[in-house]
Amino acid sequence: MELDPVLLSRIQFAFVVSFHAIFPVFTIGLASYVAVLHGLFYKTGNPAWDRLAAFWVKVFAVVFGMGVVSGIVMAFQFGTNWSNFSQATSNFLGPMLSYEVVTAFFLEAGFLGVLLFGRGKVPEGVHLFAAIMVAVGTFISAFWILSTNSWMQTPAGVELVDGRFHVTSWAEAMFTASFPYRFTHMALASFLTGGFVVAGVSAWYLLIGRDVEANRKALSMCMWLLLVLAPVQAVVGDAHGLNTLEHQPTKVAAMEANWETQSGVPLLLFAWPDKEAQENHFEIGIPRLASLILTHDLDGEVPGLKAVPKEEQPPVWFVFWSFRAMVAMGMLMIAVAFVGLWLRRGGRLYRSRPFLQTLRLMSVAPFIAVLGGWFVTEAGRAPWLVYGMMTQTEAVTPSLSGWMVLATLIGYVLVYAVVFLTGGYYLTRVVRQGMLAEEPRDDEVETAKRPLSAAHATLEADAGRQFGS
Amino acid sequence: MELINLSAIWALIIGFGVMMYILMDGFDLGVGILYPFAPDEHARDVMMNSVAPIWDGNETWLVLGGAGLLAAFPLVYTILLPALYLGVFLMLAGLIFRGIAFEFRFKSRRNRHWWNRAFCWGSMVATFCQGVVVGAYIEGFEVANNVYVGGPFDWLTPFTVITGLALMAGYALLGATWTILKSEGHVQEWAYRITPKLLLLVLVGFAIISIWTPFVDDFVRERWFDHLTLFWVFPFLALVCAGLIWRSVAKRREGQPFVATMGLFLFTYLGLVASKWPYLIPPDITLWEAASAPESQLFLLLGVLFVIPVVLGYTAWSYWVFRGKVRGAGYH
Repeated sequence: MELDPVLLSRIQFAFVVSFHAIFPVFTIGLASYVAVLHGLFYKTGNPAWDRLAAFWVKVFAVVFGMGVVSGIVMAFQFGTNWSNFSQATSNFLGPMLSYEVVTAFFLEAGFLGVLLFGRGKVPEGVHLFAAIMVAVGTFISAFWILSTNSWMQTPAGVELVDGRFHVTSWAEAMFTASFPYRFTHMALASFLTGGFVVAGVSAWYLLIGRDVEANRKALSMCMWLLLVLAPVQAVVGDAHGLNTLEHQPTKVAAMEANWETQSGVPLLLFAWPDKEAQENHFEIGIPRLASLILTHDLDGEVPGLKAVPKEEQPPVWFVFWSFRAMVAMGMLMIAVAFVGLWLRRGGRLYRSRPFLQTLRLMSVAPFIAVLGGWFVTEAGRAPWLVYGMMTQTEAVTPSLSGWMVLATLIGYVLVYAVVFLTGGYYLTRVVRQGMLAEEPRDDEVETAKRPLSAAHATLEADAGRQFGS
Repeated sequence: MELINLSAIWALIIGFGVMMYILMDGFDLGVGILYPFAPDEHARDVMMNSVAPIWDGNETWLVLGGAGLLAAFPLVYTILLPALYLGVFLMLAGLIFRGIAFEFRFKSRRNRHWWNRAFCWGSMVATFCQGVVVGAYIEGFEVANNVYVGGPFDWLTPFTVITGLALMAGYALLGATWTILKSEGHVQEWAYRITPKLLLLVLVGFAIISIWTPFVDDFVRERWFDHLTLFWVFPFLALVCAGLIWRSVAKRREGQPFVATMGLFLFTYLGLVASKWPYLIPPDITLWEAASAPESQLFLLLGVLFVIPVVLGYTAWSYWVFRGKVRGAGYH
């Protein structure tokens, strides 16, 4: 089999960026949650908020640390595998990505240390301020990345001169047509991720009867948040889809596996899209529903994949099923949020074991949804890298051969397996250790002021027992 | 005119960033390289503790340099990374394993020896790859139409293996003199003993490279040997620093060996810059040809000029907080 450097580079990028993406998505939501907890403690003086904040900031620290590690790899991917793309887009991409780095450093230098290690050492007001700044900083970081990505999806504010993009308007390039939708969609996704993870962990604590009072507060707060945000996300997602229909109709056609441009398109619940044959097998659908969703009209016309030649169609089955995975998770989240509301009567929210178990499992739902959503938007614009202006084949590093990409891909899989299995396992140790009655203070000068050092659990099960609360 | 100034400013900033990276990550990578040679587990604890609080701050310069290159001199980013493809992967893998070892060695008891190994091997591989990059840089890159057209292993030659090994010796020297500064008792005595040996290794490495370079690179030969230039002050000062290291170790000074080693690195670095200036991607792409559009350079410059003082201030503060000798095995 011929090893295709473009396909392998796409797989490699998808692999490293998927791993990387789950960390920021979680930390953005969690940072805001920690800031809210600090705010509540500052306002009410209730120590339960303080203990929740101290616990969740440790989780935040470990996840942030892993995000930094996987981020280093991302900084090099653009050059190693997509050098033609980097060269052509550097006038815009370079400053944007650098500003993300600059933001992250500024954040880490200025406020993260105070948030992680300042407990009991700085006045509570200063601590709260640091927590807010970290939360704001994570959003600014996300801004640069999502703005850059949106530009690749709906490019504007640039002109192509001799194979290189030159920025004609920074404002137009930074705030492109798809940016507001993408940013809102991702911000809500981050909140939902943070919310479901906190809800899941709180539910687990309630199941084993640990720190009941604080965890009831946390759970109740999360469920209110999710009750509002999960449905709102569906509305925002719909708007984002309409925006995509306007600017990237082929992507929407792939999401719906709709081959012909036609009116009264059914919403497919199941299908096996076959790009070779340019048709679907085993279709099961609800008549006219896709037209209704996409055009808000039962007879609305939806563009089809065949409007563009086969070479310009994305991998249809992948986009189609990723989209269904995301939507299914979204529906599930809305359902769980409403069941939670119903269970509030008589306080069953905190006692119903089946519901608490469900919440535990639901912690993974937002991650599946986020990855599904990213697969849709990234794979859905194939073969384009800069939509309508530069294809993936033009963008790849010319000197690459397939085996080089395959070798490093296997390498990254192995490195990530060790690093993130260890990190993930450690995270479960931190969660199992739970909230300590008395947080260890880092008074010793020897203690490093780094993210992972904010957590005190040990890596091995037997050695960890001495910390058992 | 504006173009020239902006590119020159950016060259200064990135040159400064690279220098900061070499000096600062150099000594903590060096500590990792010396790990297997440490006299006992207590020494290893002291050595790792001495760099643990600051190493990741040191690596921020690497990321800032990478992103800054893409923004200010994209050709460097898009030619060097493909040219060094497999080497870059190995370096990243090394840095990641080593970074994770920092975090988990202290949290681990039963499996500590595995994290010791990850720390040491990660440091060695990362350093060797960086040295190879320097060597490949001196040799130059095969470029056509602003795209790398060489082979996947062009970076691995006898010359680059020598530069890789020389940098390992150099970082080890930085690590040893850092250990002198931060330790006491038998650990410090051990560091005093190995420093002259490492210095000899470094000097031998530098001598081989200095003699070899004019043969692999005509441009360098003309620059250094066609007529006497002021640049000769750099190798001269580097040798003065080497002498200072020797003398201060003999006199059992604590801070001087480290400072002199930093001087040795600084003047060697300046010598290398002098060899290639104004070529940013040897053999034929200059600083100005590699630059991005001036408005892009300016756009980022505003942010970077704001953040570099903050990072420097934070760095200085970290070193101040963790000043003094590292004692005892207890991390917590």
